Amino acid sequence: MKQVFARPTVLRDVPTHYCPGCTHGIAHRLVAEVIDELGIRGRTVGVASVGCSVFVYDYLDVDFQQAAHGRAPAVATGIKRMLPDRVVFTYQGDGDLAAIGAAEILHAANRGERITVVFINNAIYGMTGGQMAPTTLLGMRTTTTPLGRDAAQAGYPLRVLELLAPLPGVAYAARAALSSPAHIHKAKRAVRRAFQTQLDGRGFSIVELLSTCPVGWGLTPIEAMRWLDAEMIPVFPLGELKAPGTGDGGATT
Amino acid sequence: MMTPALMKGNEAIAESALRAGVRAYFGYPITPQSELPEYMARRLPEHGGVFLQAESEVAAINMVFGAAGAGVRALISTSGPGFSLMQEGLSYLVGSEVPCVVVDMMRGGPGLGNVAPAQGDYFQATKSAGHGDGRLLVLAPASVQEACDLTLLAFDLADRYRNPVAILGDGLLGQMMEQVVLPDPVTSLRDVTWATTGAGDGPARVITSINLEPEALEAHNRHLQEKYRRAQQEVRWESYRVDDAGVVVVAYGIAARIARTAVDRARARGIDAGLLRPVTLFPFPSRAVAEAAGRARAVLVAELSAGQMVEDVRLAVEGRAPVRFYGRCGGVVFTPPELLEQIERVAAEARSS
Repeated sequence: MKQVFARPTVLRDVPTHYCPGCTHGIAHRLVAEVIDELGIRGRTVGVASVGCSVFVYDYLDVDFQQAAHGRAPAVATGIKRMLPDRVVFTYQGDGDLAAIGAAEILHAANRGERITVVFINNAIYGMTGGQMAPTTLLGMRTTTTPLGRDAAQAGYPLRVLELLAPLPGVAYAARAALSSPAHIHKAKRAVRRAFQTQLDGRGFSIVELLSTCPVGWGLTPIEAMRWLDAEMIPVFPLGELKAPGTGDGGATT
Repeated sequence: MMTPALMKGNEAIAESALRAGVRAYFGYPITPQSELPEYMARRLPEHGGVFLQAESEVAAINMVFGAAGAGVRALISTSGPGFSLMQEGLSYLVGSEVPCVVVDMMRGGPGLGNVAPAQGDYFQATKSAGHGDGRLLVLAPASVQEACDLTLLAFDLADRYRNPVAILGDGLLGQMMEQVVLPDPVTSLRDVTWATTGAGDGPARVITSINLEPEALEAHNRHLQEKYRRAQQEVRWESYRVDDAGVVVVAYGIAARIARTAVDRARARGIDAGLLRPVTLFPFPSRAVAEAAGRARAVLVAELSAGQMVEDVRLAVEGRAPVRFYGRCGGVVFTPPELLEQIERVAAEARSS
């Protein structure tokens, strides 16, 4: 009988600590599937960041180094520069990557570090209890924007990919969503292309995955998926902002 | 083959690190240590290593964390303001037990201060590796030759204890040129089975410092503290005319060079002065200080700060003798006559009491 479905070998068979309806589990699975398919488990080193996904190494069966808040791209730079034949990726949330780690992600991208960044954007700080993130939408209520994010007081949602994609060091930048099977299918393709970009030695690759935080958002898991589609995608448009062969900053949505 | 050379302290540390097999240097420009990254930018690639100028000291120490976590010898250097920025990263290196060598060529502070020599980073270097309960092992060279020798030692200690080791110098030591006999290149056999280099066919490894279980994290802390207790055997100091000294001057680094001259001049004037120079600041040579103080009428601590190491000296002396302090700060360096006057003052005070 032909096997059509199986747990990726890199994804450990353990329950996760994530909340019901959180899409970290889906993102983990996509990364695990790609590592499996590319046959790179033994030469992959992950860098875990600070946030809900700090324990990603409990779920993905590859070597991992756990970085300080925001510093994962710097740690990954150190690893990749020492071990250029290894596959090095970071797994970072929006607070980690877009706020405290803004300098590290910008300069790793600008140096064209041959690393892959999996960027989880759920528009909120989940681990610390639902505070405003740089990617929090205008009007969105969080525990630190109780009346909704006000641009005059707290600035605007930061579109990191749009900042990074024009840099010559960036070879691949794509945004996908984890809110439906169709979106997840595209997300998987983007994750795979990001890793393939690194394997091809083309430069820095990043894939942003629009994700849910039902508990932080105060929604049920199903409402959260719908809210992502309705509210987040208009602010964070999906598609490949840059891919090998598309030229600098060219959109191929 | 031993080759004598005339080198700046910063360059001697860089060359010594190359001979210790350093494979990675990450840093950010700051005076008075910029010769060190510049030397590395020229020479490290020739040795098959990687030099990278980071966007900040924050990023640089985390690049070191990554490189050292991948199992290579890694070096980073800075001065006070940059050392402050590295504290976060150093805490992670300590917590994850990843070795590296960090050089701090101290300058005048606080704040931006100035680029003149000072010793105001003693507390920051010796009391805590950033947040939490971790420590750096701290070495304090007093000459270019010693800077060179202690660099080799620093890499060995870092590996032996799987802990960052700091070389605490100052702007003067970094900038001055002295003759130095460079060490032969060493090939150290290092156990890096813990490094995350890709698991191959084996089980995945993790380098991490998070542990949500208080009892487990306490056990990890006890393990670290046990390591620091073991490191007591690494304690080093130099005694100069201390055996019969009634006035024991305690000074480290460049301050000790000046104090040594002052001690000789005091002896010439019939004052029984001696110099005890801590070479390791953590672990601190407490027993040596206590023994010297037990035989002395007074102890004088001389630092290029408002008084930092003096606290460790008082803890070691435990009232065996009065402990006096003399310091200049802000980048002002005391002179031998200035210290001689202080030795005479302390000697007279001890006679009259």
